[in-house]
Amino acid sequence: MEMVNVTIDGQQLEVPKTATVLEAVQRAGIKIPTLCYHPELRPEGACRVCMVEVEGARSLVASCVYPVSDGIVVRTNTAAVREARRMVVELLLANHPPDCFTCARNLNCELQTIAADLGLRKVRFEGERKSIPIDANNPSLVRDQEKCILCGRCIRACSERQGVNVYSFVHRGFNTNVAPAFETGLDEAPCTFCGQCAAVCPTAAIVEKDDTAAVWRAISDPTKHVVVQTAPAVRVALGEALGMGPGSIVTGKMVAALRDLGFDRVFDTDFSADLTIMEEGHEFIGRLSNGGKLPMITSCSPGWVNFIEIMYPDLLDHLSTAKSPQQMFGALVKTYYAEKSGINPKDIVSVSVMPCTAKKAEAAREEMNSSGYQDVDYVLTTRELARMIKAAGIDFSKLAAEQFDAPLGISTGAAVIFGATGGVMEAALRTVAEVVTGKELESLDFHAVRGLTGVREAEVPVGDLKVKVAVAHTLANARKLLDRIRNGQADYHFIEIMACPGGCIGGGGQPYSTSCDIRQKRIDSIYECDQCSSLRKSHENPAIKELYETWLGKPLGEKSHHLLHTHYHQQKRG
Amino acid sequence: MKTIEDLKRMREQFQAENSLRQAGGIQVIVGMGTCGIAAGAREVMTSILDEIAKRKLQNVIVRQTGCIGMCEQEVLVDVVRPGEPRITYGKVTADDVSQIIGEHVVNGRIVEKLVVGKITD
Amino acid sequence: MQHIRAHVLICAGTGCTASGAKRVEAALQEELAKKGLDKEIKIVETGCHGFCEAGPLVIVYPEGTFYVRVQEEDVPELVESHLYKGRIVERLLYKEPVTHESVPNYNDLSFYKKQQRMVLANCGHINPEVIGDYIASGGYEALAKALTGMSPTEVVAEVKKSGLRGRGGGGFPTGMKWGFTQNAVGDKKYVVCNADEGDPGAFMDRSVLEGDPHRVIEGMAICGYAIGADEGYLYVRAEYPLAIKRLRIAIDQAEEMGLLGENIFGSGFNFRLKIKEGAGAFVCGEETALLASIEGKRGMPRPRPPFPAISGLWGKPTNINNVETFANIPQIINKGSAWYASIGTEKSKGTKVFALTGRINHTGLAEVPMGISMREIIFDIGGGIIGGKKFKAVQIGGPSGGCLPEQLLDLPVDYDSLIQVGAMMGSGGLVVMDETTCMVDLAKFFLAFTQAESCGKCTPCREGTKRMLEILNRITEGNGKEGDIELLEEMSRNIKNTALCGLGQTAPNPVLSTLRYFRNEYEAHITEKRCPAGACSALTGYSITELCKGCGLCKKSCPVEAISGEIKGRHNINSEACIKCGACIAKCPFKAIIKG
Ligand SMILES: Cc1cc2nc3c(=O)[nH]c(=O)nc-3n(C[C@H](O)[C@H](O)[C@H](O)COP(=O)(O)O)c2cc1C
Ligand code: SF4
Ligand code: SF4
Ligand code: SF4
Ligand code: SF4
Ligand code: SF4
Ligand code: SF4
Ligand code: FES
Repeated sequence: MEMVNVTIDGQQLEVPKTATVLEAVQRAGIKIPTLCYHPELRPEGACRVCMVEVEGARSLVASCVYPVSDGIVVRTNTAAVREARRMVVELLLANHPPDCFTCARNLNCELQTIAADLGLRKVRFEGERKSIPIDANNPSLVRDQEKCILCGRCIRACSERQGVNVYSFVHRGFNTNVAPAFETGLDEAPCTFCGQCAAVCPTAAIVEKDDTAAVWRAISDPTKHVVVQTAPAVRVALGEALGMGPGSIVTGKMVAALRDLGFDRVFDTDFSADLTIMEEGHEFIGRLSNGGKLPMITSCSPGWVNFIEIMYPDLLDHLSTAKSPQQMFGALVKTYYAEKSGINPKDIVSVSVMPCTAKKAEAAREEMNSSGYQDVDYVLTTRELARMIKAAGIDFSKLAAEQFDAPLGISTGAAVIFGATGGVMEAALRTVAEVVTGKELESLDFHAVRGLTGVREAEVPVGDLKVKVAVAHTLANARKLLDRIRNGQADYHFIEIMACPGGCIGGGGQPYSTSCDIRQKRIDSIYECDQCSSLRKSHENPAIKELYETWLGKPLGEKSHHLLHTHYHQQKRG
Repeated sequence: MKTIEDLKRMREQFQAENSLRQAGGIQVIVGMGTCGIAAGAREVMTSILDEIAKRKLQNVIVRQTGCIGMCEQEVLVDVVRPGEPRITYGKVTADDVSQIIGEHVVNGRIVEKLVVGKITD
Repeated sequence: MQHIRAHVLICAGTGCTASGAKRVEAALQEELAKKGLDKEIKIVETGCHGFCEAGPLVIVYPEGTFYVRVQEEDVPELVESHLYKGRIVERLLYKEPVTHESVPNYNDLSFYKKQQRMVLANCGHINPEVIGDYIASGGYEALAKALTGMSPTEVVAEVKKSGLRGRGGGGFPTGMKWGFTQNAVGDKKYVVCNADEGDPGAFMDRSVLEGDPHRVIEGMAICGYAIGADEGYLYVRAEYPLAIKRLRIAIDQAEEMGLLGENIFGSGFNFRLKIKEGAGAFVCGEETALLASIEGKRGMPRPRPPFPAISGLWGKPTNINNVETFANIPQIINKGSAWYASIGTEKSKGTKVFALTGRINHTGLAEVPMGISMREIIFDIGGGIIGGKKFKAVQIGGPSGGCLPEQLLDLPVDYDSLIQVGAMMGSGGLVVMDETTCMVDLAKFFLAFTQAESCGKCTPCREGTKRMLEILNRITEGNGKEGDIELLEEMSRNIKNTALCGLGQTAPNPVLSTLRYFRNEYEAHITEKRCPAGACSALTGYSITELCKGCGLCKKSCPVEAISGEIKGRHNINSEACIKCGACIAKCPFKAIIKG
């Protein structure tokens, strides 16, 4: 890499020729406030808080977009720089509701933090503030554009990362706003509810729909039996929202906290993830041997399912009919579990904790009531659970680990890796290979499908057949695979797609400031959980075996068909 | 158009069409006062224009003027060649036009028999 | 066939068309036919003369008689008298505002006398829809000369030596810009002409495009040859339908003649032009926003570097210039850089077209050599202030420019002098103000424009101009506070220093320059709650003049008993108590009560 010499606040260093001033400054160990900048999105230079002085430049420059050049001399802390940054933030605050106390981002807000860091004590402007109705017409996300600082990160996340392009800037001047086309709500836009926009938003302008109040109500209702399931990706991220380091594995503490909160049973989505592998794995074997539609594509990421229903309805028959683990779980809680425990399903409140905002919309789908009730009543994101734990005054870091309840809390290592991109594929291959060949695998680690490359491909021998598989994460990458299928250029047998970067560990409902590093740490922890499990194949889960033996019959059987499989339909939006 | 010469040729052709907007050239001035018109100035004008067209003359400007006080001499036609005295012809009829144009305008030979005045600036 | 003895030039520019030029033309056609003159007299539609206030304009050749405000009903007289009998129609001639003399000939008008029409030379004198008219004036000879006799590097060098600077506002040296794009590496390059012309009141680019479109096309083709581009875009404001139509015709005709297309003049150089209609936003005139708009995206500026010369349209090296900049190119190539550089000042060469508007006798387009004084433009060409009022200030450079007071009237008008006094050349808008204009109100007007036109991308421009505007509003409403001026200055300084593009960076200029030269007016508003120009309605009081007969009607009508006086005696208004409701003024039968 070609390097150039730069001087930053008197400090000389070498940085790559292609670096921006901001990157160079960060290398020098100096922190510059930023708002519109996001390390994983194309820089726009819009907010103007990252201003610095560059010797010879006519005005201050925005460090996030200004390229370095050999010999450049940068000053990051001059009177002019300080005055400019304060002015920019003061101007943002002048057009921002003074709602910090009651705001979803209170104490976790980039705007608030910068204002605090700069020591702003007064906003000298008293004038018009924008007034825009809140968009809360969907089950997943709430957009309060009065808190929007027009940094454009959501626009870029949705287009660059997800290839969905829901948002753009509309209007001009003071009336500028970010909105879907024709300024509709997200429910009428081609939005997948993946929540990646919310994940990158620096303020509370896009947040998950808060369902904690309803859950509190259920918990305190003595007539209700409240059960909770937790998704694989929650246990490696929840700790971050509660003061622990990225990638902390907090499974046991989480279980303990959920019991403390008052849930009657604490179960694990991992249980139904194993079940998903049984159903989906057998569906795949069936398609392979009966000439069914190939490639088969996983269906456990509801952001992804929304995407294909909206954008590629012609390819819907590639989707596995297996429901997602959350919904399989929901269907079983109010049937199998109710029967077994002798509780009237109408008294059961089924809550799930997910890394995901799209899961809220999934639970609300009309067809997700095969138990005769809404299968999953409330979906909380990891962030909402963290808030409940704080509200309850639980000292999370001091909690002793506890175990999930049986039987819907029993799972294998194959289930926990659902939380990382490639995990569903790996779990399926472990089971499919052994079911097809009847022989035990020598190694359970399918390294070819792991990692953070956007699209990964592998050929996996299963008996005589070389199974061609592909794995994609983020919807922009999914699009690439789908276009290949559409054009008949994809000869894969099986594809895993996750809507979010890194898979669910990078979901739209996870603790804030998710970065590439943090995603990698969460993934490492996921595989550590797998490694430490005594059982690592779904078909060896004893609780699953019992479920089939005593109640379901066999994979893809009559009852499975009714409870564990679903159908898809085109969504006409946007 | 492929060469500069093509362009130059075209320029000349188009310039000729617009020459009357440029100063310079030979002027033929017809007296179009009331008396002139009564004496047949309009017919004289028409035949001047016809004659110029027939001879494909370029760079000739035809103008009108009002009564100059020699009403009994109407129709009056002046010819001005650049740098030469202004010659006034009197009692011009449509039949005289071809001679005035042919002799004086084209060849610079004054048609003496019709001259009623001469002005040198 | 008959010899054509007269040409009647009718201006078919946007201004004259609006004042009825098309109806005049139709009437003329009919009248000529009726009189049997239609074979010997030709009607020629021309582009704009830049003197639209006197339109519809008609010029009759060979005499060169200049008629103004010609209406349909004037046509019979014009035909009978001038075209049939050769007698000038006196009443339709232009009358000088000061001397009231009528001026029969175009070139003798005081409006035109001090002008040096080079870029506008053909405007109003040729038919822009006939390529032959342009060729007759020497058109495309510069292109031929460049393509067959000069290397691209020689062309760039010639433009550099001419000293030509961009006429779009920034004044960047054109030759240098061409050099950057020429040296940029790229498999494909573009030439883009910025015809977005969004400054309120500016219409020079429109006039050039409507009146002499080939001049711009020729300039662009020469640029394409110099930088190695085979494709160009003209980005034209959608509000300029006539310019777009004329450009389309011109491009078609040039292609037909082989002056655009493949292998032009057998040189192996190919060049094609496309027109892109603008999205109607002022900010789309900013070069990066313009390029985004051509690419079909929202017209929003992006940070530079990279500059378009390195990464422009679709990421390819792109040279973007203003209409007037391109229109200067053919004459530079034809007559040479030395000739061009002999006009103007040391650092500002050639001429500049200004759009004169405001409280001035002659409004219209004036092309003048750089370095001419503001006084000459306003008083000699512009004919001074309307109604003999006192000159107060001139706003130059549109909403990004500055306001200059009387003591700077002798300032030479060139890029650098203007920057020094806190104004800028801009695209060449000149708004002249007299003593009745309030400078705070003026700053407010321009800031309201930039605020509304801000693309909204960056914080200082979007939010900052809004707050400045609110402060100015407060001041003009009599609610100014101590510290407002300092706050305005602090904001201006920071917005200039931090905004992403030129729109925001220059938005505070009108405020800063009025503060610099008319600070006392701000202070009067803030501390004395008084508008010295009597323009801010919230601050103007009512008073009773000597016309008062003492009838007492006003006293009765006043809801707050602010009027005192005895019957038959002169009445008086107590300005402290007066709530400015205006009730008294309506009641007074003798018009004795005035506002101000
Ligand atoms: C807000 C804004 C509006 C502009 N509008 C125009 C315009 O209408 N026409 C124009 O030629 N240049 C305009 N410019 C300047 C262009 O960005 C660019 O500098 C110019 O087109 C370059 O051409 P030149 O070098 O020939 O002047 C504008 C700049 C800004 C910041
Ligand atoms: S978004 Fe941030 S700054 Fe705005 S109210 Fe919420 S916490 Fe406060
Ligand atoms: S939820 Fe996902 S698809 Fe919807 S707007 Fe946000 S990023 Fe785009
Ligand atoms: S909604 Fe959030 S991410 Fe989007 S522009 Fe506004 S503040 Fe930025
Ligand atoms: S990848 Fe996971 S977090 Fe993202 S939408 Fe899919 S299920 Fe939700
Ligand atoms: S300065 Fe104004 S117009 Fe320019 S990018 Fe910023 S907001 Fe947009
Ligand atoms: S303007 Fe109204 S308040 Fe003032 S003096 Fe007249 S009537 Fe009274
Ligand atoms: S962080 Fe650099 S401009 Fe916003």
